[in-house]
Amino acid sequence: MNSAREDYLVGCAAGGSGDRVDAAAPVVATLIKRNRPAALIFENLAERTLALAQLAKRANPNAGYEPLLDEELRPILGDCLRHGITIVSNFGAANPRGAAAHILRLAAELGLPRPRVAVVEGDDLSNPQGEALLRPFLPPEYAGRAFVSANAYQGAIPIAEALNGGAQVVVTGRVADPSLTLGPALAHFGWARDDWDRLAGATMAGHLLECGAQATGGYFADPGFKDVPDLPRVGYPIAEIGADGSCVLTKPHDTGGLVDVRTVKEQLLYEVHDPAAYITPDVVADITAAEVSQVAAHRVRLSGVRGHPRTPTLKALAFFEGGWLGEAEISYAGRNAEARARLAMDVVRSRMGSGIKLRFDLIGVLSIHGDDEGSMLDAHAPGDARDVRLRVAVKHDDSREIDRMLREVYSLWLCGPAGGGGVRTSKRLRLSSAACLVPREGAPARWRFVE
Amino acid sequence: MRLPLHRIAHSRAGDKGNHSNISLFAYQPEYFGLLIEQVTEERVAALFAARRPTSVRRYLLPNLHGMNFVLENALDGGVNDSLNLDMHGKSLSFLLLGLEVTVPDALVLRNHDGNVETISRLCR
Repeated sequence: MNSAREDYLVGCAAGGSGDRVDAAAPVVATLIKRNRPAALIFENLAERTLALAQLAKRANPNAGYEPLLDEELRPILGDCLRHGITIVSNFGAANPRGAAAHILRLAAELGLPRPRVAVVEGDDLSNPQGEALLRPFLPPEYAGRAFVSANAYQGAIPIAEALNGGAQVVVTGRVADPSLTLGPALAHFGWARDDWDRLAGATMAGHLLECGAQATGGYFADPGFKDVPDLPRVGYPIAEIGADGSCVLTKPHDTGGLVDVRTVKEQLLYEVHDPAAYITPDVVADITAAEVSQVAAHRVRLSGVRGHPRTPTLKALAFFEGGWLGEAEISYAGRNAEARARLAMDVVRSRMGSGIKLRFDLIGVLSIHGDDEGSMLDAHAPGDARDVRLRVAVKHDDSREIDRMLREVYSLWLCGPAGGGGVRTSKRLRLSSAACLVPREGAPARWRFVE
Repeated sequence: MRLPLHRIAHSRAGDKGNHSNISLFAYQPEYFGLLIEQVTEERVAALFAARRPTSVRRYLLPNLHGMNFVLENALDGGVNDSLNLDMHGKSLSFLLLGLEVTVPDALVLRNHDGNVETISRLCR
């Protein structure tokens, strides 16, 4: 435990699996320059990433962790270990021990002293006992679906315990994204576990960090309205967390991007529902009285976050076999293109019959704002678009029905309206997800060092 | 003057399962009042009717000159079940920004050509 009054720095180098692997170096360089206690986090698990990792682990017991782990860590592992920068990440995914072993191999390969690597476990509910625990809490429509995997969202406490136990790197599976930040802050400041306001403040700092560049000008630019300098070199966020749980959000020197009240406010509410009750495993955060203010260029303060006692449950996300998804596209361009694309749509609809639900998009006319039922496209008066791509999508448990649709679009090349080109088709298995709440006792977290 | 929300406010959409949340922030504090008056739950529900949300709820954040809309079951099943190319509903923020609002003339800023100046340009 450290009762230091000075700020604690947490930098974020990834906001999802497959995010940029060159993001970490500028963040780490800034943390080193600031020469203060610091942590580096990588957030690598979107909702469905973990289910895909579970399937990868089934195919190969050594897999199932972040595929880009090596590329994320190789450029910065030595610098972090030399300068005492803690690394915390959910890149363990379905296989935290596999990821930990990989980190130890990487450190040896780089000629570094063997780091103390801890794993946080207890989130994985993919076995039959886990399924039995979850079934009573799941929506009834999943009763007949084949169970694939499930994970409970763990919190910051096991991360903080591992760090206080001496870990230099903490590898987790599913934890709530903001807990990756609260964990090291909790270990550093030694806050009481029921110091709800401070826990909530650092949780919202973690929320600002968890999507990487989304707080620093990514997912934000709207040319002429919200301009972002040097977006190709956007810098990833760093939070300076104070002993009171408030924070200043900033970004590395010599990077592109933007930190202002607009970027921070957009990220503060991102994926939040009731702003009076943002629920994590650690605390219930309330941002209704929060204040966001610019204190200097690329420096924004978040204060006034309040906290309420944590809930007696944990969120769990379960995945089920979701049948097949088929997608096929063909393009029409030039004079009367929209009419030809609409005729192609009618041909496919007629050939497939009314017994199967299809989604149609006319890309270039109306597509992503439309709904699966097609009511928005039906209400859209035909026009004279000149560059239109027809997309047909279907889901079905029987892969032969998918194949039938793909062939109907393929045959438009020969049997459809004039000038159709560029047919592409794809077919893949899907996973369906369902969230539920389970008693905390059902998924107790534990941590251990990896030998 | 009738203007699309896009001229006076910014927005971001996020998803949790089949639920969408869409935040909306006034570029200038003076616009927040008209957002409260005109960007109501009823109007947003009508705008997103094709998505058949089971509920539309608005939460106000006066300190941030912002509000948060939560549209339950509006994503055709969400990221793992929807047939939409945008399975997260990330583009829905710009559907909201197409909503028209009435801006009092006293709050409309014009440039030297007499055209309506975009607010974001003024606050750069």
